[in-house]
Amino acid sequence: MTIVALAFYLFAICAIAGGLFTVISRNPVHSVLWLILAFLSSAGLFVLLGAEFVAMLLVIVYVGAVAVLFLFVVMMLDVDFAGLKAEMAKYMPLALLIGLVLLMQFAIAFGAWETSQGADAARAAVTPEGIENTAALGLLLYDQYFLIFQLSGLILLVAMIGAIVLTLRHRADVKRQDVLAQMYRDPAKAMQLKDVKPGQGL
Amino acid sequence: MIQADLNIILPEIVLSVFAMSALVGTVYTAKDRAAGLLTWVTAGVLALVALWIGLTGEGVNVAFGGMFHDDAFARFAKVTILLSAAVVLVMSQDYMARRGMLRFEYPVLVTLSAVGMMMMVSAGDLIALYMGLELQSLALYVVASLRRDSMKSTEAGLKYFILGALSSGLLLYGASLIYGFAGTTLFSGIIGAAGDGQAPLGLLFGLVFMIAGLAFKVSAVPFHMWTPDVYEGSPTPVTAFFATAPKVAAMALFARVMHDAFGGVSNDWGQIVSLLAVLSMFLGAIAAIGQTNIKRLMAFSSIAHMGYAMIGLAAGTALGVEAMLIYMAIYVTMNIGTFAFIMSMEKDGKPVTDISALNMYAKREPGRALAMLVLMFSLAGVPPMLGFFAKLGVWRAALDADMVWLVVASAVASAIGAFYYLRIVYYMYFGEEGETLETGRAPVLWVCLMGSAAVMVLGIINLFGIEGAAAAAAATLVN
Repeated sequence: MTIVALAFYLFAICAIAGGLFTVISRNPVHSVLWLILAFLSSAGLFVLLGAEFVAMLLVIVYVGAVAVLFLFVVMMLDVDFAGLKAEMAKYMPLALLIGLVLLMQFAIAFGAWETSQGADAARAAVTPEGIENTAALGLLLYDQYFLIFQLSGLILLVAMIGAIVLTLRHRADVKRQDVLAQMYRDPAKAMQLKDVKPGQGL
Repeated sequence: MIQADLNIILPEIVLSVFAMSALVGTVYTAKDRAAGLLTWVTAGVLALVALWIGLTGEGVNVAFGGMFHDDAFARFAKVTILLSAAVVLVMSQDYMARRGMLRFEYPVLVTLSAVGMMMMVSAGDLIALYMGLELQSLALYVVASLRRDSMKSTEAGLKYFILGALSSGLLLYGASLIYGFAGTTLFSGIIGAAGDGQAPLGLLFGLVFMIAGLAFKVSAVPFHMWTPDVYEGSPTPVTAFFATAPKVAAMALFARVMHDAFGGVSNDWGQIVSLLAVLSMFLGAIAAIGQTNIKRLMAFSSIAHMGYAMIGLAAGTALGVEAMLIYMAIYVTMNIGTFAFIMSMEKDGKPVTDISALNMYAKREPGRALAMLVLMFSLAGVPPMLGFFAKLGVWRAALDADMVWLVVASAVASAIGAFYYLRIVYYMYFGEEGETLETGRAPVLWVCLMGSAAVMVLGIINLFGIEGAAAAAAATLVN
């Protein structure tokens, strides 16, 4: 067994185990930690495929930002996970049955799966020769998929507007810092010096 | 190359830049105080862009390597979408301002969702399709829960969001299976890989998932569960918006995907679409009977109408697509009038949506009651009104494609559905005496109601000439 094959099986098993324990572990914090393992192993798989940029994205964005965010949310929000689980257990038999039926249907469909004749050829020349894959991705993103890239920017803008519209509340009773007012304050008027005699108040 | 591409998507660029500059401009100046003005300006811009597209666009222009198609079909849908969005914005302004929920983000979000809809109807690629769909839906989720202090409005937004995410998942899974089969996401590549006659299994599998996702967006049975709750919970102007522009966009997208990417295997998807159509018509007709809230009733009515429009799609011919486009244009006009009336329904300054509030309304306001009668007859498809000719068009297309059973089923469903539309008319003219309903104040709503009712009567002469445009649009899509 070559080292690449060994690495593949290692990452693959870790990814599956991570996914499995994310679902079944009782403590939600542990779930998030298992999720991080699953992300890291998938990043390893991407490196093996030669997609280093995607692998780094996975580590930086998913492990670095998303998973940590999950962790904070899970730790900070006081969610009654036991109650949620009990609610879920009620529907478990039905869910399992539907899942089983779906799985069998997928098995039948994928058993008879076929692709069109030109499909492999159409997919084959994805990475051009002699360019690193980060540069190749950049070329695709800003040239061929320029429209899509700009549209995803608009989608993110809508998400931002949405978050502000739905959650921002202007409270009248909060004191805010007004930098200009602070700077333009006249020291002569801001302070008064009084001579206080000993033993007497003002 | 990029210069020519950008020229083709210029209307979309103009609208996006307008939305962004309006957003930044208002944030730094008047904020919500300028909301009313911004709503009118946005409506004006949307209408101008609609005119621009409708009057100057010609030929078939393909941009970005086939990802974006600007053809007669896309232009027909875009003009309908933009005009209806503009009218709904104008109608919302007074209603929302009086209830203190007019925020300057509302017209901005509506504009951005209109950009998403324009992308949807012009999509020539699975990725472009998804991006347009998501841009449109995300903006809609936000405006659904615009009244964030109301339990029902936030519930509507959340339900719409979660079920929308689920349907996006189905659609994406289908898209990935189709990519796996065809090796490309371009519609032109997929139609080549799909071949003619029988769809290969790999493709069929993806196709079913795609249709499930799209059926959710047009709220066809059995993917309709979200519609009544979302329609009821959202603020009424937002409901009016949901019932018009996004429906046109989703139906046009449905037609575009089916004909542009799967045109060769129309028998396969024709069966699925006709089943969806029959189920939607019957559920829409039967479930609406028990409703007492007029917004919920309109939700079921929209489910039924999507069923009729889908008959045109199921026919799989150019005549069918033409009938579908005309149906959607007429449906949108009817809905604008009906929602203009629903928005003006109030008692003691508070909005009411209960149907029984309409008791003996005709005595108080004979003019408006008559307009409402025309609209209800038209929605039900009673012969002299325009709504009947919309139905006649899809029936003709279905007969042309030898789908007699579909015509018979839809005639039965339409007879059942007529009951609840006529019940509204009954309440207005022969109901019991009770507390009277106040409508009035907003002249814009009166104009929209009367205009829409007038169109329903006058349009039967020549459909205002949209027939030719729809036929040209259908001819570019189906060939």
